[in-house]
Amino acid sequence: MRNIVAICKRELLAYFVSPGAYLILSGFLLCAAYFFFNLLATYNFMVARASQMPMAVGLERFNLNQWVIEGYLQTLIVLMLFLVPLLTMKALTEEKRTGTFELLVTSPVSVKQIIFGKYLGIVFMLLIMCAAAFVYPLLLYVYGDPEILPVLSGCLAVLLSSLAFAAVGLAVSSFSSSQMVAGITTMVLLLMLYVIHAPAESLGGTLAGVLKYFSPMVQAEEMVRGVITLRSCLYFASLILLGLFFAERGLDRYRWR
Amino acid sequence: MIEVENLSRQYGDLLAVSGVSFSAKSGDILGFLGPNGAGKTTTLRMLVTYLPPSSGTARVAGYDILRESDSVRRNIGYLPESPPLYGEMTVTEYLSFVAQLKGIYGRKKIREAVERAIERCFLMEVSKRLCRNLSRGYRQRVGLAQAIVHDPSVIVLDEPTSGLDPKQITEIRRLIKELGKDRTVILSTHILPEVQMVCNRVVIISRGKIALESNLEDLTKEKSLEQVFLESVGYEDVSDKEITGQNA
Repeated sequence: MRNIVAICKRELLAYFVSPGAYLILSGFLLCAAYFFFNLLATYNFMVARASQMPMAVGLERFNLNQWVIEGYLQTLIVLMLFLVPLLTMKALTEEKRTGTFELLVTSPVSVKQIIFGKYLGIVFMLLIMCAAAFVYPLLLYVYGDPEILPVLSGCLAVLLSSLAFAAVGLAVSSFSSSQMVAGITTMVLLLMLYVIHAPAESLGGTLAGVLKYFSPMVQAEEMVRGVITLRSCLYFASLILLGLFFAERGLDRYRWR
Repeated sequence: MIEVENLSRQYGDLLAVSGVSFSAKSGDILGFLGPNGAGKTTTLRMLVTYLPPSSGTARVAGYDILRESDSVRRNIGYLPESPPLYGEMTVTEYLSFVAQLKGIYGRKKIREAVERAIERCFLMEVSKRLCRNLSRGYRQRVGLAQAIVHDPSVIVLDEPTSGLDPKQITEIRRLIKELGKDRTVILSTHILPEVQMVCNRVVIISRGKIALESNLEDLTKEKSLEQVFLESVGYEDVSDKEITGQNA
C-alpha cells in the first residue's frame, strides 16, 4: 500500500511541475465552457421563440436537464476521448525511455503496485478535471431549477467513462515504448470503441445488441438521462479492470524479456 | 555476498552470457571487466533481478534471485549504466522516493537515510535542485546516492565513474572503497587503473564466458593488469611495448 501511495504521489508531482497538466486542464475547461455557453444560448433562444408563439405552444417541452445538461455532459465525455490519451501516454513509456523503469523493477515493488500507483495518480488528475467541469451545470441552480438526480447520475457517467478511458490508455502505455505511439494508439482505440455501435441499426439482431453493449457512448447515454443500471456500471467496471489487467501484462512482458 | 552459479542468458539465438560462475564475499570489491558487448551489463541485470536468466541461478545477499527476488531487491543497491533519475524531482525528493520504494518507512527514517546518502555522495549543494538541471557528474552521483540510500549489503555499480571529472572520480573511488569495507560491491568498468586502485578481486568476462577470476594481488605479481586483461580476452600477441605505449 505504501508503495502504491509513493508511486501515486510521484505521478501527481510529475503532472503538476510540468506545464502539460495545466494546459490539459485549462484546455478542457475552456472547451467545456464554450460548449456549455452555446448550449445555454441555443436553449434561451428556443425558449424565447416558443414563448412568443400564441398560447406559448410547446413551451413545456423545453427543460434545462434535457436541453443543456445532457448535451453538456455528453460533450465532456467526447472531450475526454481526446484528453485522456494525453494524460496516459507518458505514464509508462517515459519510465522505459529514461531508464527509471529499471529502478522500479529492481525495487521490492510488484508490477501490480506500479500499475495501481500510476492509475491512482491519473484518477486524481481526472477527478480534478471533472470536479472543475461540473461547476458549470451547478451554476444553473442559481437561475433555474433543473432536476438534481439526473445531473448527479450524468456526472457519474462522465467520471466512469474517463476512468475507463484512462485504464485503456494505461494498458496501451505499458505495451509501448514511445509516447507518440501510445497517445495515438489510445486515441484511435477509444474513438473506435466510442462509436462501435454505429453499424448496429443496419445489422440488427444479436450482433446489434452486442455492439451496443460494448459502446461507452450507449452505456453513458442512459446514465446521462438519469438511469443508472447495474449493466452499465458493470460495463465500466469491467473496462477498468480489463485495462489494468492488460497494463500489468504489458509491464510483465518488459520485466521478463 | 554473491554466489553466481552457471548463469546463462540468451537473446533469441544470441548467447549473451553462458555458464558464468563466480563469487564475492562481504568486504570484497569485485572489478567486473570485459570488452564492450562481453555480457557485463546482462550479467549485472540478472543479479539485480531485472532480467531473468535463461538457466542457472545466483544467490545475492543470501537470497536466491529466482525464488526470493523481492528479498534480493530489498538488499541490493543498483546503479545502471545511465542513472535512473526523474527529471522533474529535486534531488531530495527523488532520494526520498527511492527510500520509500526500497522499503524504508516513517518520515524520520526516510529523512535520515536521505541526508546520509546526500552527505556521502557530496550532494549537499545540489540537494534542492531539479535532477534534470544537473550536470553529468552530479547525475552520476545522485545515481550512486540512490543505490546506497537504503544501506544495502550488496551494491552493484555499472560503470560508476563514466562522465566524471578527475576530482569527482577520486571522490567516488574513495566512497566505493569505504562502502566496500563491510559490504559486497560489484563494479563493472573499462578503466583498468580504476580496478587496480579500488578492487581486491577481479573477474574478466569475454564473449559471455568467464575468462578469469582471481584476487588482484595474485594477478599482478608477475604481469600488469593490462597484460592479463588482453591475454584473457584473446589478444595474446600484444607486446609489452604496445601496452606501455597505450598508457602513455
